[in-house]
Parts: sequence; C-alpha cells; structure tokens
Amino acid sequence: MSDAAVAHEAQEEHPTSTGLNHRKILMWAFLGSECIFFGSLITTYLVYRGKSVVGPYPSEILNIPLTSISTFVLLMSSLAMVLALAGFERAASAGANEDRKRRELQKGRFWLLMTAVLGTGFLGFQAYEFIEFVHHGLGLTTNLFGTTFFVLTGFHGTHVGVGVLWLVSILVLSYFGKVKPLDVELGGLYWHFVDIVWIIIFTLIYLIPH
Amino acid sequence: MSTEAAHTDEAHATTGHYVRIAIVLTVLTILEVATYYVAIPFALLVPLLLVLAGTKFALVVAYYMHLRYDSKLFSGFFFFGFTIEILLLIALMVLFGIRSG
Repeated sequence: MSDAAVAHEAQEEHPTSTGLNHRKILMWAFLGSECIFFGSLITTYLVYRGKSVVGPYPSEILNIPLTSISTFVLLMSSLAMVLALAGFERAASAGANEDRKRRELQKGRFWLLMTAVLGTGFLGFQAYEFIEFVHHGLGLTTNLFGTTFFVLTGFHGTHVGVGVLWLVSILVLSYFGKVKPLDVELGGLYWHFVDIVWIIIFTLIYLIPH
Repeated sequence: MSTEAAHTDEAHATTGHYVRIAIVLTVLTILEVATYYVAIPFALLVPLLLVLAGTKFALVVAYYMHLRYDSKLFSGFFFFGFTIEILLLIALMVLFGIRSG
C-alpha cells in the first residue's frame, strides 16, 4: 500500500466528535441542500403551472408511456446501485478469503456498470423527449411551461449525467484497488437522491392533469 | 459508513429484501401510471398520487439510502433541507394563489 493510501486509511479510521464519518456527514448535508435546490425549481414550476398564454401546452405534448418507461429504468438503476454496494461491502468483509472477495467484487462491479448503463438509458429517453418537444415548437423561451419544464428536468438530467460519470470513475478506480465500500456508498447516496427527485417530478409534472 | 454500521445494514437488508422493495416500487409506479388512464375525480386523484409518490420516496430513502438503520444525524441533515423546502413551497403557493386571485 502506498504512503498516500495509508494516510487516507488512517484519516478514515480517525475518531470523530460525532463518531460518524465526516465524508458521510458532508454528503448528507449536501443532499439536504440539494433538497432546497430542487425544491425551489419544483416550486417555481408549480407556481407558474397553467399560466402559459401560448402553446404548446403540457397536455398536448407530454408523452406519458415513454416517461413511464424511463421512470422504471431509473427505479431499476436504484436497485442495481444498492446491489453494487452490497457486493463491495461483502468483498470488504471477506477477509482472507480471496476467492470470495474476488467473486463479490465482480458482482459489485457488474451492478455498478448496470447502474451506469441504466442511468445512460434514462438520459437517452430524456434527450429523445427534449428533441421531440423542440420539434413540436416548445423551446426554453416559448412559454412559462417550456422555461420551467426545461430548467427543472434539465438540471435533473445534468445531475444524472454527473452521477453516471461518478459511478464510472468508481468502477475504473476499483480495478486499481482504490475503492472502499464508503466510496461506493457516497456515490450511491447521490444516485438514490436523483431517483427520489424524479419520483416527485414524474408525479407533479407528468401525472397530475393540467 | 463504518464497518460496524455496514454490518448492521447487512443484518437488516439482504439482496432478497432489496429486490422485494424494487417489486413494491414497480407496483406503485404501475398504479401511478394507471391513474392517468382511469377517470378519477381531480380532488381524489391528487391526494392519491401524492400518497403513492410519498410511499416510493420513503421506501427509497429508508431502505436504499439506509436512513432506517443509520444515524439520526443523517436524517436530521436531510429532513432539515426537505422541511425548509416544503415550507417554501407552501408559502409561495399561497402567496401566488392570493396574488392571482
């Protein structure tokens, strides 16, 4: 193990005043602030809901079957993510049993890859939807619906994109032995968060009739 | 997560457990989408959809994000932001509702 890796390990094992890992506390504080960020965008959408004076209107262009599939894809990515974490945790607790450790690590990597693939699939659905909307004449500045919709779902899609890059980087680093279960868990917390934000967006924008 | 906490999680949630939660989430999503195709009065539809979405939200946060088993401090950080947002949403909805008559 390199000196840097030893120092990193020591830092993680260092006792804290709360007894909790500082990186994990930071992640939860960040997610709390993200609640406010997305909440503000959702609130803006709701405040201006139904106030567009020119079309196209949501009821004319929202594609519920397509978005239902993309919602399912994102939900399943959350399952893949939690299975990836379970694999990395079991590998870490395998101790001297190298065979089991390798097997669990492979499982963890597979599910991590599946999470990234499903996340990319979700982004593909979103890109298709955006292009369709533009073809129907709805742009960022067309009306209040266009502005609030593209800003909200665009920021969410950006978060998914960042999540995919994060997960791929964890996957690559795991082949160099530089990934601990905590690293996977922090990436997973972020990933589940973008999933729960979509749960709310799907209901408020797509399913509640306009 | 500390090793101890990770072991606690393992004791509570297994792969089968995660899969069962995914099945419940899928069923709830199917129910949500079904409401779009069934004629339900608006006054009933909105609370129904909010309950379904809230249940999905709670399942992911509690089991996939492990808040059910983790330190209450993490829940505090998360729900502090969440509560502020809900209050902001209610305040702005009321404010804009009054403004637009």
